[in-house]
Amino acid sequence: MDLTPDDVRDVVRALDSSGLDELHLELSDLTLTVRREGAAGWTAEQRVLRDPRIEPEVEGGAEPAAADAPDRPRADLPDGTVAVHPPLLGTFYRAPAPGAPPFVEVGDAVDEETVIGIVETMKMMTSVHAGVRGTVAEFRTGNGEFADTDAVLLVVEPAATS
Amino acid sequence: MRIRRLLVANRGEIAARVIRTCARLGVESVLAASDADLDSLPARCADRVVRLGPAPAAQSYLDPAAVVRAAVAVGADAVHPGYGFLSENPALATACTEAGIVFVGPSVASLHAVGDKLTARSHAVAAGLPVVPGGEAADLAAAQAVAAEVGYPLLVKAVGGGGGRGMKLVRSAGELPGTLAMAVSEAAAAFGDARVYLERYVASGRHVEVQVLGDGVSAVALGDRDCSVQRRYQKLFEEAPAPAIPAHVHAEMAAAALALAAHLGYRGLGTVELLYDRDRQTFSFLEMNARIQVEHPVTEMVTGLDLVAEQIAVAEGLPLRLRQDDVALTGHAVECRINAEDWADDFRPAPGRIDRVVLPVGDGLRVDTHVQGGSVVPPHYDSLLAKLVVHGTDRADALARARAALELLRIDGVVTTAPMHRALLDDDEFAAGGVDTAFFERFLADRRAPAGVS
Repeated sequence: MDLTPDDVRDVVRALDSSGLDELHLELSDLTLTVRREGAAGWTAEQRVLRDPRIEPEVEGGAEPAAADAPDRPRADLPDGTVAVHPPLLGTFYRAPAPGAPPFVEVGDAVDEETVIGIVETMKMMTSVHAGVRGTVAEFRTGNGEFADTDAVLLVVEPAATS
Repeated sequence: MRIRRLLVANRGEIAARVIRTCARLGVESVLAASDADLDSLPARCADRVVRLGPAPAAQSYLDPAAVVRAAVAVGADAVHPGYGFLSENPALATACTEAGIVFVGPSVASLHAVGDKLTARSHAVAAGLPVVPGGEAADLAAAQAVAAEVGYPLLVKAVGGGGGRGMKLVRSAGELPGTLAMAVSEAAAAFGDARVYLERYVASGRHVEVQVLGDGVSAVALGDRDCSVQRRYQKLFEEAPAPAIPAHVHAEMAAAALALAAHLGYRGLGTVELLYDRDRQTFSFLEMNARIQVEHPVTEMVTGLDLVAEQIAVAEGLPLRLRQDDVALTGHAVECRINAEDWADDFRPAPGRIDRVVLPVGDGLRVDTHVQGGSVVPPHYDSLLAKLVVHGTDRADALARARAALELLRIDGVVTTAPMHRALLDDDEFAAGGVDTAFFERFLADRRAPAGVS
C-alpha cells in the first residue's frame, strides 16, 4: 500500500512541529524520504516497490508482444549505401495520412532535405529527412512499425559527388 | 447498484488518480494495462492488474472489445474510462451496458448528442446557449454560403473532432477551397467522418469552461476554469475560477451550462467549453466534453470535492449529493502540466527512464503523477508526467505558491516542461490574468527573439 498525499501531509505536519529536518522511511514495499528545504517548504520522494499483481491471461486476448523484436539486419548495408535513422524513437509512417501516397518510393531521388516519412512519438509528429542526396534503394522499416533511433528506416544509394 | 470492483481502463496520472479514490472508497481497483504499462506506478498502486493488449493504443487502450473482455475476465462491475482514449466512445459505453457492466460516464444518448460537434451545437442552440456564428459545410458551395455570413478569418472544424483536433484556419475566401478539401480528407482519415463545419474565428478569445455534474434528473455547476494558455490547442496551464471576468458573467456561464445539462438530461461529469470574447465580455458555446478532464483538480481544490467519487456515485444511480447552494468556491487554484518535452527545442518529445522524482508537499499542494524513480515513460502515449496543482487564498497567492513549489519539484532523467512553467509564472502579462489563447505563441516568440539566452 502506498501512502496517500494526505498521509504524507500528516507526516510533514508532524515533522514541522518536531523541528526535525528529514525523515527516511523504508518498508518492504515502499520507501519515503521527507525533507525540509530551508524556508521553501517540504519535499517528498516516494517509491512504491510493491510488484504489480498481474492477473493470468485473459481468454481471447491478443498475444503478448515478443520480448525481443526479431533481429533486423541493421548493420549489413550494401557497400557505399547510407542508412536513414529516425531522429527520435517512435512509430514510423511512410505517408502523411492513412490512405495518402507515401512520401517516397524505392527508386525515388532524394536530397538532404527530402522528407521520407514521419515518426510519431508521444502523439507528436516529427518529419524524417533523408539527410543525404541519392536514390532510395530499399525500405527496412514498414509503415506503422515501431523504430528506435538505431533502426534503419530506409537505405539510400548516394549520388556520385560532383 | 453499488460498485465494488472497478476496471480502470486508462493509464498515466489519471489511472493513478482514479485508483487513489477507489482505495479511499473501499472499491477494489483493477488496472487494465498495455504491455508498456504493466510495471507502471499505477500498476503498482492498483489492487490488481489485467493485461489489455500490446503497447500500441489501437490494440489496447483504444480497443473497446479488449476493455470489455478484461472487465468480464476480472469480474468488474464497472469501467472507468478516464479521459482521452475511449472515454467518450459510444461503442465502449454500449458494449459495457450489453455486458451488464456500469460505464462510469454519461448515457450512450448523451455521448452521441455531444460527440458529434454539429449535433452538440444544435442542442446548445435548443437549450438557449449563444453559439459562435457558423454552420455545416456539406460542399464548397454550402461552405461559401456559410462563409459569406460568418466572414473571414474562420475555422474549418471536423464534426468528429474536438479537443483542438481537426481544426484549420482560413484567412480569406481564396484559401477556402483548398483548406476545405484538405480538412475533409483529413477528417475522414482521422475521425472516420468526413463532415466539417465552419465557425467564425475569434481573434482575442479565451477558453473558459464550466464543470457540471448531473444525475440524469438534475445538475449542479461546480464553477468555471480558464484554459487559455495553450500551444497548438494543447492546454499547458489551467486555473479556477477564470480570472478577470465580471461576476454576472460567471453566473450567466454557469446558468448556460446548467441549461444544456438539463436539456440533455445529463448524468455524470461534463464540461461545457465556452469561447469568451475579451473585447465584448460575452461567451459562446464551443463544445461539451462528456468525461472527466485533465484539469479537474483545480475545480476540486476550490470546491473541496472529489469529482471521481461524485462521478462513481452518480454512475451507481445515486441522486446528486449536493445542491447548487452547497457549492461554495474558496480561493484560487492553478495547475501546471509537467510534460516530457523539451520546450527549448520546439517541445521535442522526451520519452525515457526517470531517475528521480522529488515532489513538493504541504497544505494546498497536490501533485498528480504516474512516475517515480525507475519509471519508464514509453513513447507510445502522451507526454504528461505530472500535474502540479496549487491552491491559494487568491490568484496572486496561488501563483506565488506555484513558483515556490516549482523550485522544489525535481523530475530527473527526462527533459520536462517545468522550466517553461517557471518562465510563464514570471511573465507580467500572464501574471496580470485573463490572457487569450493567442498569448502563449506570442510569449514563445518574444523569448525566441533575443537569441542565445536560454
